[in-house]
Amino acid sequence: MRPSVQEMIAQSNGKKNKKVIEKIIPIILFLIASVSVLTSIGIVLTLIVETVTFFTRVPFFDFIFGTTWLPFSNKEAQFGILPLIVGTLKVTLIAVIVAVPIGISAAIYLSEYASENVRRILKPVLEVLAGVPTIVYGFFALTFVTPVLQAVFPEIKIFNAISPGIVVGIMIIPMIASLSEDAMSSVPKSIREGALAMGSTKFEVAWKITVPAALSGIIASVVLAVSRAIGETMIVSLAAGSTPRLDGDFTGSIQTMTAYIVQVSKGDAGYGTTIYYSIYAVGFTLFVFTMVMNILAGYVSKRFREEY
Amino acid sequence: MRYIEQQTVVKRMNGRLIANSIFKYIFLAATLIALLALVILLYRIVTQGAGHLSIEFLTNFASRFPEKAGIKAALVGSLWLMLVVAPTSIILGVGSAIYLEEYAKQNRITTFIRMNISNLAGVPSVVFGLLGLTIFVRALALGNSVLAAGFTMSLLILPVIVVASQEAIRSVPGELRDASYGMGATKWQTIVKIILPAAIPGILTGSILALSRAIGETAPLIVIGIPVIIQFLPAGVMDTFTALPMQIYDWSSRPQQEFQTVAAAGIIVLMAVLLFMNSIAVIIRNKFDKRY
Repeated sequence: MRPSVQEMIAQSNGKKNKKVIEKIIPIILFLIASVSVLTSIGIVLTLIVETVTFFTRVPFFDFIFGTTWLPFSNKEAQFGILPLIVGTLKVTLIAVIVAVPIGISAAIYLSEYASENVRRILKPVLEVLAGVPTIVYGFFALTFVTPVLQAVFPEIKIFNAISPGIVVGIMIIPMIASLSEDAMSSVPKSIREGALAMGSTKFEVAWKITVPAALSGIIASVVLAVSRAIGETMIVSLAAGSTPRLDGDFTGSIQTMTAYIVQVSKGDAGYGTTIYYSIYAVGFTLFVFTMVMNILAGYVSKRFREEY
Repeated sequence: MRYIEQQTVVKRMNGRLIANSIFKYIFLAATLIALLALVILLYRIVTQGAGHLSIEFLTNFASRFPEKAGIKAALVGSLWLMLVVAPTSIILGVGSAIYLEEYAKQNRITTFIRMNISNLAGVPSVVFGLLGLTIFVRALALGNSVLAAGFTMSLLILPVIVVASQEAIRSVPGELRDASYGMGATKWQTIVKIILPAAIPGILTGSILALSRAIGETAPLIVIGIPVIIQFLPAGVMDTFTALPMQIYDWSSRPQQEFQTVAAAGIIVLMAVLLFMNSIAVIIRNKFDKRY
């Protein structure tokens, strides 16, 4: 005779290893989940420890207020990070000028004007644009955008801040467009219909109703995109050059924080040299910049969210 | 008394309607600029690189001479890299997602892990390179091996896989779960036999997209010191290697014009690999979409 279901359950509950599995699995999964926490701790500790070593050799104030970045000088190496920060900001500024108007306009078009069919074509295209590896964008900046710019403005050098800035801008357009579109799409339809019923045109609805209502999401998307632009590495490594400088010139070679890290890693900076530790100090500065931006984005989207 | 001055309304109406149609086209034009950029980018790369594409390009090692330069070591190296990254990142990512969705209690530790994952997604890839250099290359003495690079890349794409898997698991209907418990299944049995099979399309799609990011990522590889010129193929995960984006970076940064063509050909190969991976993701998404 076959055992009844109750008997089977009783029998299988009696098996020890099954109970053990049910107890052990959550612990294993918890350990796996804590890998991400360990990664963060690892990043912060790595950066802090090596940066502290760096500061035993280069005074802290010389680093953050120094106006000359001359790490490879044999006589007197100087590690003032301001030129690298200025280089990063130049590229970021141009990227923002390119990406913010285009990204937000594209978001308005997608959420307010485009028909379902058009949206179904355009959104995947934006996704493709977001999925292009940055090395490809870098190649594009160096071999296409720079020569085109040079043809129009002959004073632009082969390495400059404008070309990588434009291309970083193109790279972050999808991010701004899709995050802003999400924010605009979550504005309730009833508000739009109310405005339309009052005789507003579509543009007035978009500009005076949807955009203000979704403003927190739009600003958050821009801040996140800025953070991405600051951390972008390959485009600036290929197209921006390696001349750290503290001036307002966009047409000549500059250097960003990320490009400096790549420049040192590419060469053979021996382990233990000041130059070796300097990439951690620069990396730490970069990390702080992007972290502040990310936290700011989270704060903006929470604090200024319009609730409907 | 008339509340509406017809004259005034008519006068203003024209301007408003004109603005309306002008802005419609401005917004459309902005969207098309993004599209145009993509078209130009692809067109440039295909026209520059197609001439250099050949079987020899795929089977030759890197060379000082542009006409002989091939991508074999980089292509095989990228496959080796995926061999490490795919299992590591998927096990870690899906495991974390299962924990967060199924086991985690609503407490501070859980909130902290969640917040931490979203912050990790915003860390620049070059910083992950610094982490890999210190922990994997130096502290664990893995050197610039496939394993060190693979672990670094796995951590880099971990947040993407966790978030995608969480969404996939969350979208499994509660009735399935209840039915499984009702039949007397334990929690782990329910997860393995009911929830994961139902969530696997979403998990796979997210994972493939994350892996395609890892294949195109360059900066961490440079920072952990992966070499470019390699005349042999790695025989195991402890061997050193080179990868597609590294090779493309090297060719792009050379001054000779001929190497630009080689770089473009390399980019075509990289984009073909990405296209292949993305099509698989799309096929999986369409095939299993909305089963419930």
